[in-house]
Amino acid sequence: MIPGVFARKRPHLLALFLAAFAFLIAPQASFAQAQAESASVADRASPNVASETEPLAEAAEASTGVVTEAAPTFDYYGPEMIKGQPEPGNWDFQGQYSEDGDFALWMHDAILLPMMVGISLLVLGLLLWVVTRYNRRANVVPSKTSHNTVIEVIWTLVPVLILVAIAIPSITLLARQYESPSEDAVTIKATGYQWYWGFTYPDYGGFEIISNMKDEAEALADGEPPQLAADKRMVVPVGTEIRLQTTGADVIHSFGVPSLWFKLDAVPGRLNERRLVIEEPGIYYGQCMELCGARHAYMPIAIEARPRAEFEAWVLAQGGTIPGPDDAPAPPEPAGLQEPESSIEGAPGAGAPPTEDTAPAGGAMAAPTT
Amino acid sequence: MATTADTFQAHHDEHHHHDADHKPAFFARWFMSTNHKDIGTLYLIFAIMAGIVGGAISGFMREELREPGLQIMGQVAMWLNGGAFDFDQATHTWNVLITAHGLIMVFFMVMPAMIGGFGNWFVPLMIGAPDMAFPRMNNISFWLTVAGFCSLMFSLFVPGGVGNGAGTGWTVYAPLSTSGSVGPAVDFAIFALHLAGAGSILGATNFITTIFNMRAPGMTLHKMPLFVWSVLVTAFLLLLALPVLAAAITMLITDRNFGTTFFDPAGGGDPVLYQHLFWFFGHPEVYIMILPGFGMISQIIATFSRKPVFGYLGMAYAMVAIGVVGFVVWAHHMYTTGLDVNTKMYFTAATMVIAVPTGIKIFSWIATMWGGSLEFKSPMVWALGFIFLFTVGGVTGVTLANGGVDDNLHDTYYVVAHFHYVLSMGAVFSIFAGFYYWFPKMSGRWHSELLAHLHFWGFFIGVNVIFFPMHFLGMQGMPRRYPDYTPAYAYWNEIATYGYHIMAASMLLFFVNIAYALIAGKRAPGNYWGEGATTLEWSLSSPPPFHQFETLPVIEDHHSHHDHIGSSTATAH
Repeated sequence: MIPGVFARKRPHLLALFLAAFAFLIAPQASFAQAQAESASVADRASPNVASETEPLAEAAEASTGVVTEAAPTFDYYGPEMIKGQPEPGNWDFQGQYSEDGDFALWMHDAILLPMMVGISLLVLGLLLWVVTRYNRRANVVPSKTSHNTVIEVIWTLVPVLILVAIAIPSITLLARQYESPSEDAVTIKATGYQWYWGFTYPDYGGFEIISNMKDEAEALADGEPPQLAADKRMVVPVGTEIRLQTTGADVIHSFGVPSLWFKLDAVPGRLNERRLVIEEPGIYYGQCMELCGARHAYMPIAIEARPRAEFEAWVLAQGGTIPGPDDAPAPPEPAGLQEPESSIEGAPGAGAPPTEDTAPAGGAMAAPTT
Repeated sequence: MATTADTFQAHHDEHHHHDADHKPAFFARWFMSTNHKDIGTLYLIFAIMAGIVGGAISGFMREELREPGLQIMGQVAMWLNGGAFDFDQATHTWNVLITAHGLIMVFFMVMPAMIGGFGNWFVPLMIGAPDMAFPRMNNISFWLTVAGFCSLMFSLFVPGGVGNGAGTGWTVYAPLSTSGSVGPAVDFAIFALHLAGAGSILGATNFITTIFNMRAPGMTLHKMPLFVWSVLVTAFLLLLALPVLAAAITMLITDRNFGTTFFDPAGGGDPVLYQHLFWFFGHPEVYIMILPGFGMISQIIATFSRKPVFGYLGMAYAMVAIGVVGFVVWAHHMYTTGLDVNTKMYFTAATMVIAVPTGIKIFSWIATMWGGSLEFKSPMVWALGFIFLFTVGGVTGVTLANGGVDDNLHDTYYVVAHFHYVLSMGAVFSIFAGFYYWFPKMSGRWHSELLAHLHFWGFFIGVNVIFFPMHFLGMQGMPRRYPDYTPAYAYWNEIATYGYHIMAASMLLFFVNIAYALIAGKRAPGNYWGEGATTLEWSLSSPPPFHQFETLPVIEDHHSHHDHIGSSTATAH
């Protein structure tokens, strides 16, 4: 997009970002008092959390469920907003843009990496020591020692302690990742098809975005990384809880986004669900992470995290609807079972299979060079 | 002990003049063999052949990944499909190659080499038995494996959906392997697993029976060499795990061909059920591939340190523990399939537990060398390389064991790096260590130690250059099983491809070395490694007589229990 447009939106964006931050802080406060599970239970039980976050100014406009007239154009982020992508020659993780990702990255960098390097160097050092000290020239007569109970107990117990030290943050991380999204979380259903993604927004009229890979020339022209750029991005609200659901339409796919520390298989006949909160506005690339056939490598995921108001503008531009306050605290039904609620004529409903027109499965593909 | 070995030698020479060395004619000897050493040799030759195929396939894969875009898959697709190809056939061919590489290396290279090859050759020798318990079953175990390999090769050239060959990955996940792959290729690949699996189950029963019933008088279980222990544990893993695989892939066959819906949600089935069944086999399978290596490394470290293995009982029961715990950690391969949080916590904890017995083994090997008188013959050098590289693969395994951390690393190149460190470096280094350790024993001729050392250094550098950068690719998020990637991943991929060239060059030295030994190698004496080599195979000539131990050796307990390993006190009176 044009940088000017972004600059104009910046104060607005900042305000929303602060609001989002406050929203993020709220569950954290309860964290401090209770365990992860009980905290999330409390969140769900508290009507306050649900009602406070929803009535943003923009949402209120559309509260009656009436769709604003002028909504056709939407400016997507340009390449300057790309945040989650691999860097050439880098030997670390991608930067993390979710709370769980920050925690997991910390756990890797502060606990697992020192453990791995330390143990490898310890073994290497011991090997170098025995090789220099106990080679045949240095030590002609071998000892006959074949037993030392004390040292055997030590090298059994010390690894146990190390593993316990790893297990504690590891279990904590799992508990965090499995927190249930609160009732007012935005539900998005990602469906893996051979070989593209469909993103359905059941809370917003149930429209489905069909996302194909951009071909290389188009991606480069747009300043995006080839094979990661998608023609339609999955636009999500930033700083807001997302209830991301995955399922597979044909074979198993996997929705993986490295910069969000997120990966969830899209299994036919199942609806997997995980909470996701993206901390910053930006573009985050992911790819299909489960072998799904010939074009497994050519079905990228491009997530665009936008402030709530812009997200809702995007929803309207896609022909979706913004739910009113009456609809907001609706029970979190699984998206796949929900009826399409679109008031827009012709908007595809949730779970509606893509037609041939909306899903040009291979149009973007270039012929192999050989 | 050396004197013991000499006594044995003398004892055996008496028999040479009778029928001990009467060998059948060529066809009967090699195609209808019931001799454990000949079958072991067949297995080793077969494993080398399969290794060449599997290794060549990985060469195509590395060339493809040298830079972004499709490089040579179109060419390979033309070979497989016979003529023209389109884009999907080219990318499908990639999937065919990764599938074939995985299946070949697991079922037709590592397992036949370790269990069929070294197991057949040295388990009877080490326990003082004349042969395996069921010699004719031994024969069919081998030929079933060969038939399986033929079936897998055949699958490459018949339709498998988009193009020829099975492009399902070695895991053969449904529904990609059922509704996702039309045509007979996947059926042939599955049938290959049936045949190889049946061969392995028969082999496993043979080893268990042999080890339990045919040990020489005086060789109690707690005096068995650790290699025999390792094969015993491995045989139990095979016996318990392979039927589960057989069941899973049989259900795949019926889902594909006979209208069942075990893994099809449209008929009430569940694709994740297949994954549970597969990995209930698949995780023990990775220990099946490494445990015999553990056993060989123990023998080799003790031999070239001239010391008994440190903590023999701990070493034996660490393997038993690894085998037992290996059966209750399978779902750590499925962290992203949507497991329940408690399930994931359990599998995280259980998986990390395996690090404890593995650590015991690593430290015991080092303690075996501690105070020893180390001699750096080629097997020892490979064994030292094994210990370090297996440790590196082990610690990344602990990282992957954490379900929460694995959310980012699952199905990325980090996993590829991890399992190649434990297999391509762990299992394969132990195979080469065992090969150089026993090659003169099996062939009667010396290989070149110089070439063996050069092979080691080339291979060591090569595989590290291939696989270490894959950790970085994985952390940067590069998914597995991709023939093509975004340019940001080009840097490390190019380096990895150069590593392949180094590794391949070193493999040439290996083949030259074998050829040299067979053509011009010096004759090897019975116990060519000297006083450190104390197990029973060193009491025999090199190569051993066609039938050995017609009079059973007697193992006497001279020393206190702690003082010897295996049959170090073997004597013949």
